[in-house]
Amino acid sequence: MSFLMDVHSVLWADLRVLRRRIFRTFASSLMYPILFLLAFGYGLGGGITFEGQNYLDFVIPGIIALTAMTSSYNGAGSKLHVDRLYYKCFDELLMAPISTSAIVVGKALTGVVHGLISSLTMTAAGLLISAKFRASPQLPLFLLLLFISCLVFAFLGVLAALVVKSHQDMGAFSTFVIVPMSFLSGTFFSLESVPEPVRIALYLSPLTYSSQCLRATALGQSPSWLFVIGLLGFGVAFFAACIWKLRNSSV
Amino acid sequence: MEEAIVTENLYKQYGSVVAVKNLNLKVYSGELFGFLGPNGAGKTTTIRILTTLTKPTSGKAWVMGFNVVEKPEEVRKAIGVMQQHLSLDRDLTVRENMELRARLHHFSAAERKRRICELLEYAGLSEHADRVIDELSGGLQRRAMIACALIHMPKILFLDEPTVGLDAHTRRRMWDLIRRLNADGVTIFLTTHYIEEAEALCQRVGVIHEGSLIALGSPMELRCKVGLYTVVTMADDGKVSYKYFPSREEATKYVQNLSNNIRTIVVRESNLEDIFIELTGRGVKEE
Repeated sequence: MSFLMDVHSVLWADLRVLRRRIFRTFASSLMYPILFLLAFGYGLGGGITFEGQNYLDFVIPGIIALTAMTSSYNGAGSKLHVDRLYYKCFDELLMAPISTSAIVVGKALTGVVHGLISSLTMTAAGLLISAKFRASPQLPLFLLLLFISCLVFAFLGVLAALVVKSHQDMGAFSTFVIVPMSFLSGTFFSLESVPEPVRIALYLSPLTYSSQCLRATALGQSPSWLFVIGLLGFGVAFFAACIWKLRNSSV
Repeated sequence: MEEAIVTENLYKQYGSVVAVKNLNLKVYSGELFGFLGPNGAGKTTTIRILTTLTKPTSGKAWVMGFNVVEKPEEVRKAIGVMQQHLSLDRDLTVRENMELRARLHHFSAAERKRRICELLEYAGLSEHADRVIDELSGGLQRRAMIACALIHMPKILFLDEPTVGLDAHTRRRMWDLIRRLNADGVTIFLTTHYIEEAEALCQRVGVIHEGSLIALGSPMELRCKVGLYTVVTMADDGKVSYKYFPSREEATKYVQNLSNNIRTIVVRESNLEDIFIELTGRGVKEE
């Protein structure tokens, strides 16, 4: 009970800040997905049939997965790393009589809220655009997997914010990890179309698991449970790394 | 007297730099204790260890009887901390920052409301309660930090350089607030590099230099130790020297026997800066 209260307290403060910046936050988080949808969905992919279906039906779940990743990651990590490194107000949380897991989960849920608002907006757009998505009987499972995806990438955002030593490090992590993941994790193309060694390398990206699960459910199929377990595994690993980092950091 | 803070051979090393060297210290309940030293002397590191933010390399420390490494959560319940830098969430209002801390200490909604109102009044912040921290002046931000640190009625308040960067008028208002808190029963451990602050506020002062405690006692005890009166002389070649005497008569006698190559002579009461110079050969602000 006390754990849930502490998580709620951490989340409460971040949501107060979010409320003040709501328009700016979501306008910027939706910019890239909308551009991708226009460029890849309508521009490059317009009229193309891909794996037996319209490319737009294929690419929409990938773009939703990508939105979930970037919004949750940034929502959890951006403010946290600034609060930790520059404003030092993260120290106040560390000095509060609450557990490190409550801090990590509370901060991750901030990212989940960011991620869900952006990705649900993209989901609504996807449902309007794609008849196949609308007709999918797996929509409840799609929403559950979307929530899990947001949580996994929010934990990654918290981890990055706890590890980096400067604002430049955070930018570098985004450039060298998040951006390549966005493009290479089966978001815009099928994993079947890349050579075997590349495909194996792509399984190192959590977005691969997220995009495959979301695509399967958006197209009315059952997701591969191995992918679901893989996604959950990344979530557990990121959470454990956050806890380890917080408990072992003495500055 | 009950011991509020005890350290035993406390030692902290960062790489090859030793920040705190075998610190042995006792601070008693109800005391207003000052930790005086130049920047980089080890004051903030000591506070960070005592407030559970940093682990010591070796040695032990207890706050209200709780070991800071083994029982950090118990320590955190007993203490309030105002850090040297602004550590409030700048995007939240004063009231929201206080509300967050009250929530983290598991206050009920009614208790939160009552306590926040009381503290806003106490710190003179009632009319600024709904302003975002970023919009406040430095003095108001400091008061907001103290108000937040007091939300859970801590037995000990740690103040790390509470008046650094404040103008003289705001500094004195802050001193009044600190004195009032101590009079209301809060044990205060403050660090400062302002001599006049330590002398004006503290019942006992620990002087720290390069991580080591070099003097400990009330300002008067420390002054007696070095000599209550100081004669400062500046020779024709610009060389300044300090001599300390137990009485004004002895200081005056010394001045009368000085040679002719002295350009300036000042006889005055000794202060904590003199103690620091006597013990280290350097001034607090020169470091």
